[in-house]
Amino acid sequence: MQGASGTYSVTATDLACRRGDRVLFAGLSFTLHGTEALQVAGTNGIGKSSLLRIVAGLAPAFEGGCTVQGTIGLLDEKPALDPALPLGRALAFWQALDCPALEGGAADTAAQLERLGLSGLLDVPVRYLSTGQKKRAAFARLLSQKAAIWLLDEPLNGLDGQAVELAETLTAEHCAAGGIALVASHQAFRMPNLRTLELSRYAA
Amino acid sequence: MTLLRRDLARLLLGGRGGGALLPVLFFLSVAMLYPFAVGPDAPLLAKTGGGVIWVAALLAAILPLDRLVEPDIEQGLFDQWALRGISEELVIAVRVLAHWISFGPPLMLAALPAAALLGLDGQTVRVVEIGLLAGTPGLAALGVTVAALTSGLRGGAALAGLLVIPMAVPVLIFGAGSLGTGGESGLALTAAASLVLIAIAPFAGGAAVRASRG
Repeated sequence: MQGASGTYSVTATDLACRRGDRVLFAGLSFTLHGTEALQVAGTNGIGKSSLLRIVAGLAPAFEGGCTVQGTIGLLDEKPALDPALPLGRALAFWQALDCPALEGGAADTAAQLERLGLSGLLDVPVRYLSTGQKKRAAFARLLSQKAAIWLLDEPLNGLDGQAVELAETLTAEHCAAGGIALVASHQAFRMPNLRTLELSRYAA
Repeated sequence: MTLLRRDLARLLLGGRGGGALLPVLFFLSVAMLYPFAVGPDAPLLAKTGGGVIWVAALLAAILPLDRLVEPDIEQGLFDQWALRGISEELVIAVRVLAHWISFGPPLMLAALPAAALLGLDGQTVRVVEIGLLAGTPGLAALGVTVAALTSGLRGGAALAGLLVIPMAVPVLIFGAGSLGTGGESGLALTAAASLVLIAIAPFAGGAAVRASRG
């Protein structure tokens, strides 16, 4: 992540989301700048994931729009790692796409993997990993992407107590370094300066 | 490019899916079974053998359809590519190329022993090989397009096979038809049908992937 923290932003104006013939939420507006974090809270099925996919540009908004300044990294329930490949090679694929000319980053990456407790799992095919291990692997993918804006969809699912803390710390560090985090979670997410958006208030 | 390398590694070696070996073995076994089924009538075999090779090639191309596109949608890879500005069209185009490399040239090689089994003469083998070279890229493009269209559907794999067969008919007619005439016009038409399929594939496939996102 380079550049001043003021250059990144996410602006949603008057967003509405429809799934099938049901309008999930409407009139939702918010603005996030660098170093800010927002938790989207609400019960299952209220549209948290849909909101994140609209912000990511992967789904169209029913009404309103969303403008994003900065690169987006998405972490959802799909790890996007080849199930048949060993973890190390599955991660290396994304690394080759994200920063092809990575020379000094190797030590950096190794440190990240060590921190996520994945160093010993690099030879294990992704399909043999547990839910929590896959989630941590997805975090490794997200970290190496070095995106300015993190969209985290239920990032704590499947993680144990220690890993939950780690995920919260990583997100806090990301924001402290000037990034933006948009977290959709029904669980408590503990990090400094986290604002909360109750999606139920916008339910149609 | 990284994408092509990954696609090739996945489709050629393929781990659990069997990789490129499975369609080739399937192709050879069809060519081997055919003489057993019709009996040792050399003139008949030589006359119909070219057509059998074509049908076997088409069926072999259908085998890997279910793992061409669907796993990547399911695992969220297409979402991650989209976030990085890599369009679905590009991914599909690369996949067509990788799919062709993983079954086209191996089939052309396997067609040689198959031709020997069926007792084809040199001229026919030549036409079959050129026809396969012209036709298999089209079959690859068609396969990837249909795989993208049927991904996410229940029973998509079976449906994909059913959809590919009628759409592959032009390639088959011109490809196998050129055997009878031995002419270049049939081969040229095979190549033309192939080119049309290749030109459509990235856009149709890309749109299908986006639509499946919902």
